[in-house]
Amino acid sequence: MPEVTLVEAINRALGRAMVDDPDVVVLGEDVGVNGGVFRATVGLQERFGPERVLDTPLAELLISGLCVGMAAQGLKPVGEIQFMGFIYPCLDQLVNHASRMRNRTQGRLTCPMVLRTPHGAGIRAPEHHSESTEAMLAHIPGLRVVIPSSPERAYGLLLAAIRDPDPVVFLEPTRLYRAVKGEVEDNGEALPMDRAFVEREGRDVTLISWGAMLKETMAAADALADESIAAEVIDLATLKPYDENTVLRSVAKTGRCVIVHEAAHTGGFGAEIAAMIAERGLSSLLAPVTRVTGYDTIIPMARLEQRYMPSVERIVTAARKAHQYN
Amino acid sequence: MASKRANEELPVIARFEVRRRNYLAPDGSIERPLPAFATDAKLLVELYRSMVLLRLFDRKAVALQRTGRLGTYAISLGQEAVSVGIASAMREDDVLLPSYRDNGALLWRGVALEEILLFWGGDERGNQFSGPVHDFPFCVPVGSQAPHAAGVAYALKLRKEPRVAVCMFGDGATSKGDVYEAMNVAGVHKLPLVFVATNNQWAISVPLRLQTGSETLAQKAIGAGFSGEQVDGSDVVAMRAAAEEAIAAARDGKGPHFIEAVTYRLGDHTTSDDALRYRSAEEVQAHWKEEPIARLRSYLVGQKMWTKADEERLVAECHERIEAAVERYLKTPPRRAETMFDNLYADLPAAYAAQRRELAGEDDA
Repeated sequence: MPEVTLVEAINRALGRAMVDDPDVVVLGEDVGVNGGVFRATVGLQERFGPERVLDTPLAELLISGLCVGMAAQGLKPVGEIQFMGFIYPCLDQLVNHASRMRNRTQGRLTCPMVLRTPHGAGIRAPEHHSESTEAMLAHIPGLRVVIPSSPERAYGLLLAAIRDPDPVVFLEPTRLYRAVKGEVEDNGEALPMDRAFVEREGRDVTLISWGAMLKETMAAADALADESIAAEVIDLATLKPYDENTVLRSVAKTGRCVIVHEAAHTGGFGAEIAAMIAERGLSSLLAPVTRVTGYDTIIPMARLEQRYMPSVERIVTAARKAHQYN
Repeated sequence: MASKRANEELPVIARFEVRRRNYLAPDGSIERPLPAFATDAKLLVELYRSMVLLRLFDRKAVALQRTGRLGTYAISLGQEAVSVGIASAMREDDVLLPSYRDNGALLWRGVALEEILLFWGGDERGNQFSGPVHDFPFCVPVGSQAPHAAGVAYALKLRKEPRVAVCMFGDGATSKGDVYEAMNVAGVHKLPLVFVATNNQWAISVPLRLQTGSETLAQKAIGAGFSGEQVDGSDVVAMRAAAEEAIAAARDGKGPHFIEAVTYRLGDHTTSDDALRYRSAEEVQAHWKEEPIARLRSYLVGQKMWTKADEERLVAECHERIEAAVERYLKTPPRRAETMFDNLYADLPAAYAAQRRELAGEDDA
């Protein structure tokens, strides 16, 4: 089976969804003729026509609002926001409309839309192109927030997101778009959106991460293995609603947990997981839950971005400390 | 302006015009030949009845709010002709995207009085209404339904359905990017979409002159590439005629249109507002001369289409309907608390099941 990059896997999932369901439409800035700034939608307009693959005016609020209107009318829109730094005009639509349409009409109208956006830093992009503000989105009731870490997961989770009857924000790890390859069979099979994936089993310490940070987290697990520390790595994959049980099962086994995310420390999604473990898994803990995260500062531009993001070394150090704690 | 004079030598590359539509003068006399539908006495009477029902219903709703039996409520006093006139020109399968002061349109389209009371009484079931199932609920954040209207209209066009989206908002909403972004894309794709701005002169306390430097709101459509017109929003005949034309054109593939309904909000913004803080009683009094119900009644009476006995019968009927609806509303018990989790997602994720059980008072051992 040929290997594809993560962005190619997304392209395949979009194509598959559009073949399977004539209600699926793709819209966003430059998604048509240009195939998207990251080429995630390349070839779709040629295959499905400009009505179903729509180059919108340059207006992010509009893209999200169009999705709400289309979805309430029975289409399954997949909107693209070019970078996460430009998603904020969509927040009003996500909070006030997309996430609550079903609830405020008691099921009369629904909002089966997907809003895709690249997530995170690490590609030496200009200012505002490196955001990882997933915790803001995961705080919104009624929404689902998904973030794949590999081509296989990107394909299966995007199909699940598009088929889901409720709104999903689909975050795509920018720096993995072309950095990872994997075998992806275009078989139309979706992955579950309510389950975390145990990426690697281990008995000594649990490492939890999502999106692009899985790469450093897995590298840290390799390094820890050299020190005879067996790390269990969990790809959370879906942040809302997230799979508490897989986390708790792992922590029950290891007693030690390090959460890794690129987003800033305070109020990051790691805080939610740590609090949940404290509430539901305290008795299994042998060490404090710790977090390796981006710093509580503005994500710096290209020259310093690598210093901002959690490194393999920082993760290894935190895991070692958790392992040694008694 | 020296530079302006110099520029007069340059060629004019575009000219635009905005027209104003009105038929009935404030005293009910005829300003210009009436549109064809006005020969239909039954229709005119129906428009009249709907406006009266709305006004009496509003009065009752305020009384309920003042006595602690309803939440904040927005009345339509003075601008009843806008929502009633617009809705009367829509087909059932057209899609309405109303703002929170468009009760008249909802009622015309079959939403029950008690459903409107349920919504303003704080119960989501009010939006699960018996009007057209595809209609949107009241939009509370100002103007943010305009992009939805464009999405709806895009879906209708994509499916080649001969249906039209009608998006209603107030003068304040025209200051928001949401509305302009929606108008812009509607112009690009010639979407089957009619925008209706109820220009009632006041966005809570902010008068139109602080809202825009534009002579009309209608001309904003020109910047988006389609036509706009000003309509006497206190003349229900004009509102109906403008809506009829715009909706027919949109259905016919001719693209969007913008209707600026110029009217006046005779009442407070909502039951939480005191309009005397920002405008004089004299100003309000002056606008009472233009209000839509007396205007149409004068015309109908003049045409022998309406009598004092009809009026008395109508008022009695309305009171009866309203009282019955109020009774049904007050008798509707609140939903059980745990149902706040129902319709959050199609299927409640397992992660939130425990919270639902907690609200239900179920043991979570």
